[in-house]
Amino acid sequence: MLKDITLGQYYPGDTLVHRLDPRTKLILTLIYIAALFTAIVYAGYALVVLFLAVSILLSRIRLRNILSGLKPLIIIVLITGILNLFYTKGEHLLVHFWRISIYWEGVETAIFMALRIMLLIAGTLLLTYTTSPLQLTDGLESLLNPLKKIRVPVHELAMMMSIALRFIPTLIEETDKIMSAQRARGADFETGGLIAKAKAMLPLLIPLFVSAFRRADELATAMESRCYHGGEGRTRMKQLSMARRDWIALAVGVLLLALVILFRRLGI
Amino acid sequence: MTPVLQTVRLTHRYSEGTPFERVAVDSVDFSAQRGEFIAVIGHTGSGKSTFIQHLNGLLKPSSGSVLFDGKDIHSSKEFTRQVRFRVGLLFQYPEYQLFEETVYRDIAFGPKNMKLKDDEVDERVREAAGFVGLGEEILGKSPFDLSGGQKRRVAIAGVIAMRPEVLILDEPTAGLDPGGREELMENILRYHDGGKRTVIYITHSMEDAARTAQRIVVFNHGHIAMDGTPREVFRRGFELIQMGIIVPQITRVMMRLRELGLDVDDSVYSVDQAIAALRETKGGGDRA
Ligand SMILES: Nc1ncnc2c1ncn2[C@@H]1O[C@H](COP(=O)(O)OP(=O)(O)OP(=O)(O)O)[C@@H](O)[C@H]1O
Ligand SMILES: [Mg+2]
Repeated sequence: MLKDITLGQYYPGDTLVHRLDPRTKLILTLIYIAALFTAIVYAGYALVVLFLAVSILLSRIRLRNILSGLKPLIIIVLITGILNLFYTKGEHLLVHFWRISIYWEGVETAIFMALRIMLLIAGTLLLTYTTSPLQLTDGLESLLNPLKKIRVPVHELAMMMSIALRFIPTLIEETDKIMSAQRARGADFETGGLIAKAKAMLPLLIPLFVSAFRRADELATAMESRCYHGGEGRTRMKQLSMARRDWIALAVGVLLLALVILFRRLGI
Repeated sequence: MTPVLQTVRLTHRYSEGTPFERVAVDSVDFSAQRGEFIAVIGHTGSGKSTFIQHLNGLLKPSSGSVLFDGKDIHSSKEFTRQVRFRVGLLFQYPEYQLFEETVYRDIAFGPKNMKLKDDEVDERVREAAGFVGLGEEILGKSPFDLSGGQKRRVAIAGVIAMRPEVLILDEPTAGLDPGGREELMENILRYHDGGKRTVIYITHSMEDAARTAQRIVVFNHGHIAMDGTPREVFRRGFELIQMGIIVPQITRVMMRLRELGLDVDDSVYSVDQAIAALRETKGGGDRA
């Protein structure tokens, strides 16, 4: 069911990873991604995997949840892998038939590319699994604050993002409900050709849009009647603050990136 | 007699296998005979909506089974689809499901999905609209231009137009004014047609349940806590209150009288019954 989509899902907890400042986690994720794309040798990869594994262990998120989050992307991973397998030229020919030749280098690249995508997603999943959407946007807003100087509407963007994130589960729930209601009247969303399927979506999409607009309208009214007028002078109930664990975590991140770069230079 | 609907140890868990897993319906055994008029009550979150969505196969049980006329409704896809039309289900706040350009076409959605001929669809739409008191002039309007009460009627007509043998309604009167509630309850009673069709409906109003239903099923934490005639259920007024169910005021008055030591029958739920019960007590007192 739609409910089983876990992307952007938050698993509440009280571990070291959960307690880190959202800014720390955002920066660490960026460092992690940078390290992932810098690593081109085994040792580098091993280090990145180790970093992720330790983070997952510390967060007490079950591996099963991470894997189920990866599932929807399996097709992309496969396609990337296969393309790399066939299109990478190299020196060590493995198989050759008809006009297709597979090189050892191709196999290696395919595996690394597939691994890289999966690690990339797993890392970001860990971020969203351990950080509530609200914390995430607060962190983002605070990190992007300097951009206000060049007139980027940072607060508005962050507010839009947190509203969007807040309403994803609501919309999913609503979709589920309307789908059930139409099914009860014999609507069939599964069978039929492409056109039949697209047509069958109308009884779902129209009520969904109607209610989304109604909700948007209500929310705007509710915000205005609480005197919301943008970020100017707005204070927070929960102030972000960097603790010692945040600096230590960041130091570990920087160390990771430095080591990966070093390994790449050395070529081991 | 084979019950028209039956559940056998029906259990439903939401978000199975995640940290948010939650048992909403817990091994419920229930059966409804043809022609019954059943009210389902229970506090918020007790699993009523989840339960009834199994009765026409919208939700699949986590374990246990649901039988229609003695046959498992998930035994084949074809049968599940058939059951969808034979067991009509009206959702909580059904006005959000309206989508067509005109009221007429919205009511026709169900019958059309049944693959009926055009003139049969037309007949049913007009009949259903008349049934819930929607005039000819409304049929051509957009459902989005109607008032809340009118939308509710359109949604109900949309289900009735399928002429289901069993009609299930999830809080059909929620959010209606007293006049609208009265009218709607009358419509539902008329659809029941003195026992020709089966009606199951969820309500938060004990008054409604007591007045119209022959049988009341009480849900509590995903279980069926009580199941019987209104009198049998109201006799356990104290337990009902403990389950967070608001009992009719007159029942509470009688319960209080009993608490104060008066030996009255407190399983009543209407003023007339209360008067009768008090008379009886007084009569008994004279004899003593
Ligand atoms: N789609 C869903 N996903 C997860 N949990 C749900 C879902 N729907 C209901 N629940 C949970 O299942 C339990 C039973 O819900 P249900 O809607 O069946 O209650 P109800 O008796 O109909 O309540 P109400 O009187 O408020 O309509 C509740 O605790 C609810 O939080
Ligand atoms: Mg409900």
